Amino acid sequence: MMMSREKVLNILTRICDSKEIMSNPDVELYTKGLLDSFGTVQFIVALEEELNISVSITEIDRELWATPNKIIDYLEANYPQ
Amino acid sequence: MIPFGEFGFFLPVIILAIPAIILGLKGRTIRWYNLIISIYMVYNILSGMHVAREHFLLFFVFEWFIIKGYSYLRQRKNLTVFYFLALIGSFLPLVFEKRLIPGINFIGFLGISYLTFKCVQMVMEIKDGLIEKVKFFDFASFMFFFPTLSSGPIDRFRRFTKDLATKPSGEEYRELLLKGIQKIFLGFLYKFIIGFLVKTYWLDPIGSSHSFLTTMNYMYAYTMYLFFDFAGYSSFAVGTSYVLAIRTPDNFNKPFISSSIKDFWNRWHMTLSTWFRDYVYMRLIYYFVKKKIRINKYVLSYIGYFLLFGLMGLWHGSDLFYIVYGLYHAVMMTGFDVFSQLNKDWKLWGSGKGWNLLSILVTFHFVCFGFLIFSGHIGYLNWVLLLIIIPLTILLFMIQIIQSAHKKLEMQKA
Repeated sequence: MMMSREKVLNILTRICDSKEIMSNPDVELYTKGLLDSFGTVQFIVALEEELNISVSITEIDRELWATPNKIIDYLEANYPQ
Repeated sequence: MIPFGEFGFFLPVIILAIPAIILGLKGRTIRWYNLIISIYMVYNILSGMHVAREHFLLFFVFEWFIIKGYSYLRQRKNLTVFYFLALIGSFLPLVFEKRLIPGINFIGFLGISYLTFKCVQMVMEIKDGLIEKVKFFDFASFMFFFPTLSSGPIDRFRRFTKDLATKPSGEEYRELLLKGIQKIFLGFLYKFIIGFLVKTYWLDPIGSSHSFLTTMNYMYAYTMYLFFDFAGYSSFAVGTSYVLAIRTPDNFNKPFISSSIKDFWNRWHMTLSTWFRDYVYMRLIYYFVKKKIRINKYVLSYIGYFLLFGLMGLWHGSDLFYIVYGLYHAVMMTGFDVFSQLNKDWKLWGSGKGWNLLSILVTFHFVCFGFLIFSGHIGYLNWVLLLIIIPLTILLFMIQIIQSAHKKLEMQKA
């Protein structure tokens, strides 16, 4: 399965339950309270199941993963398909 | 000697730092020098206590075999049984030290609980495939690193070895050095000036009366002392690490301006709370979500809190008040979450400047009460608290379950 920007944004929108992800992909997910530990786990599981990307929990650095755009950059750099 | 606690510690550190600073400013690597002075310092730090040096060495060799052995096996075959054995093995020294198994006489040494956590974390990351090969030099540097030996901050192996492997230029090192010196001064201000004054003129004169007002006074004084003493120590430890070109993570971020208990745990003893978050709480949630075990998501999260804070209490010690302290925070986290859920519909708590200020004040008092438990000052009242905590927990879980059922019903109607 190809990782696409669209798909990642869709998953995030669903998990954070917020339209802001789409309109502003530079939104600070953790400091704004859109994503917490629980949401992060849901996101990891969704990545595994829907995009076939296995990220482990401790790989996540909340600074590297601060915004939707940063997450996409990280995934593209570390999981090229 | 006590790290960052007495003159006899600071003097050798200042002298030993000089060659490190010269090497750093010249843009040379400090990593070999670091290991040598760390071994020397650990030898001295553990000098006062009976068999501490022997037990430290025993611990070091034991954990090295576990970690090296497991990473060897893991590369060949990713078997869960190896993982569990390595996990239990890496925890074992702490279990012995806390005397959870009678008959085994292992006294341990200063800092054993912090070092154990560093090892357990490595086992988990080897399992995840994040740590592949463990070099003896890296492991020894990580374990012996003296500024964080006694009370953290708890660094992560991959982060630490990245610092070992990258040699900062002279200019980069100069910046790091200046930041480090700043942190050392802050540590001095917190621990030896404010902390000392709070202890001498506020905490110590309070006396042992257990009247309501005295206990309140003790609670505030103890909280302030604990913060300035521990944040001061941490600032020293991080600052000294910077001087040695290691960016040890910070432990405190203005905890008393937290606007909720959840916020507090992102600001207080951060390397410990994130350790529990990443290696206990998130792993539990992951297991449930991945296995598609049908359970209310909030209830699952609260079970996670109880596991996390229960273990955190136990990690501090097996005394009743540590366990009550852990459970107290689990109840606070759960209670806060249940309240925020209810608040979405009922609008009990508003927003704006006044409400924010009130949030900070309320959080501060819940936190202070937690430290009063932690201090061991309230004796038999811990049993009373335990008797309150248990039904309160059941009540909170029930409110959440009813609330979720109610939401589901409304969704179906709509």
